[in-house]
Amino acid sequence: MQQQHSLPGTSQDAPEAPAPASGSIPVVPLRHPVRMALAIVLIVLALGGAWDIAVNQRYHWDVVISYLFAPQILTGAVLTIVLTVVSMSVGIALGTVLAIMRLSANPIVSTIARGYIWFFRGTPLLVQLIFWYNIAALYPVIAFGLPFGGPALALGSANVLITPLGAALLGLSLNEAAYMAEIIRGGIRSVDKGQYDAARALGMNGGLLMRRVILPQAMRVVLPPTGNQVISMLKGTSLVSVLAISDLLYSAQIIYSNNYQTIPLLIVASLWYLLMTTILSFFQTKLERRYGRGFETAPKAARRAKTRTAS
Amino acid sequence: MNTAMVEAQGVRKSFGSTEILKGITLKIDRGSVTCLIGPSGSGKTTFLRCINHLEKVDAGRLYVDQQLVGYAERNGKLYEMKERQTARSRRAAGMVFQRFNLFPHMTVLENIVEAPIRVLGRPRSEVTVEAQTLLDRVGLGNRGGAYPQELSGGQQQRVAIARALAMKPKLMLFDEPTSALDPELVGEVLDVMKSLAEAGMTMVVVTHELAFARQVADQVVFMDQGVVVESGPPAEVLGNPKHERTQAFLSKVL
Repeated sequence: MQQQHSLPGTSQDAPEAPAPASGSIPVVPLRHPVRMALAIVLIVLALGGAWDIAVNQRYHWDVVISYLFAPQILTGAVLTIVLTVVSMSVGIALGTVLAIMRLSANPIVSTIARGYIWFFRGTPLLVQLIFWYNIAALYPVIAFGLPFGGPALALGSANVLITPLGAALLGLSLNEAAYMAEIIRGGIRSVDKGQYDAARALGMNGGLLMRRVILPQAMRVVLPPTGNQVISMLKGTSLVSVLAISDLLYSAQIIYSNNYQTIPLLIVASLWYLLMTTILSFFQTKLERRYGRGFETAPKAARRAKTRTAS
Repeated sequence: MNTAMVEAQGVRKSFGSTEILKGITLKIDRGSVTCLIGPSGSGKTTFLRCINHLEKVDAGRLYVDQQLVGYAERNGKLYEMKERQTARSRRAAGMVFQRFNLFPHMTVLENIVEAPIRVLGRPRSEVTVEAQTLLDRVGLGNRGGAYPQELSGGQQQRVAIARALAMKPKLMLFDEPTSALDPELVGEVLDVMKSLAEAGMTMVVVTHELAFARQVADQVVFMDQGVVVESGPPAEVLGNPKHERTQAFLSKVL
């Protein structure tokens, strides 16, 4: 696709560019017969597969279409988005704090961060979710107070405060923070030491240095794996169906447990997941371009030419 | 005595068990140009970084503009300064690095206005006008919108000089400013430094450019193995070295 697209562009430039160098000798581009044949075989196979899926009655495409915009499915999709956005935001914020703690010169601070990461990465997310869901069994009352049994301000019963949705958000966020901490730590460490020297020599320190100089450069390294995390979080939220939260997957499950149309409803859910991940990937690309500014090795003119042929 | 911009008294610095500076005593006059020369590993760069407190001084005293660097002296004791105070005292000196160390995610103009706006809290419009003047002064008036990556090494180093000057420092520290440059780009950076010297800026330059030292420096300091071996006007130190270590070094370099 891309190659075909770029051909008209190059043929336009051709009469001007190579003419002075190669004189009047015509250039015959190399043919690729095997590549061509392989492409045709693959296209035929893909079309065959698509046709088969389309005409196979047992997929029940009519059911898929009738449930695609069912209210339960739509509210489920919204809840999945809410879970993803909130858990990811908290995960990134807490992960940044943990990453900076992990890199701290204070051994106690860095050990605490290390311990957190060790624990939350080392236990299954499913177990963590069920744990938060059942927190009332361990701590029937939630209160703020001094340690070692000092005076405390009781906030209320854990059963009331930690709703299933609260447990899901807690579990997903705290787990995500551990992963994000490691990603952000890698990003911070990828920034050249000379950048710290330069910023300090200009009188910057602490938060200003991090916020203005180090973190924006770390973003470039942090973004691709974070995109991965967002997408796996989006799908990972389906784990909360064990807490009887009606996210996208659980809504589909409720419907097919009534009408036994298991496959069509799973297809409905998958189509929504696909749509959401596609939109997320689009934003990821945009963000990567934004934070890649100033790092491209190609000079400006060449970059502009590349985007022209690609579009 | 009170004209000295930098005064070092027995400055020592170790990294682990290796002592890099073994008691540096040195005076740098206001408005003068001092070139630090010597073989690699002699401690020139470490001493320069101590002046800006990028490295902590272990023993001895180092004054910049009569202020003790990194410590406060009270009741016969030296108290280590807080990070914030250190950052404030660093503003007195501008620093230019061997590898430029421009902020790659900012344009040339953003690099220059960043610290005056964020650190000094000055208004953007005012700082931008000054930054443009500085860019004109280093011959890059039309490259404000470029990213550092798009510039040659020599251009990047000139931007780095402009960035340091934007903080209106009392003295400028140069750490081998031309060592990472292609030979044909060295001249443009040295020219900017010369014009800065002519304008009366106090400069401390770690360099291997002996021709520059001979032409511009008021004082040349030859360091070897963590001590000052010889110092004086360039005609003396470079033209008629007394110490045999200086002679050996110069015979290898020239």
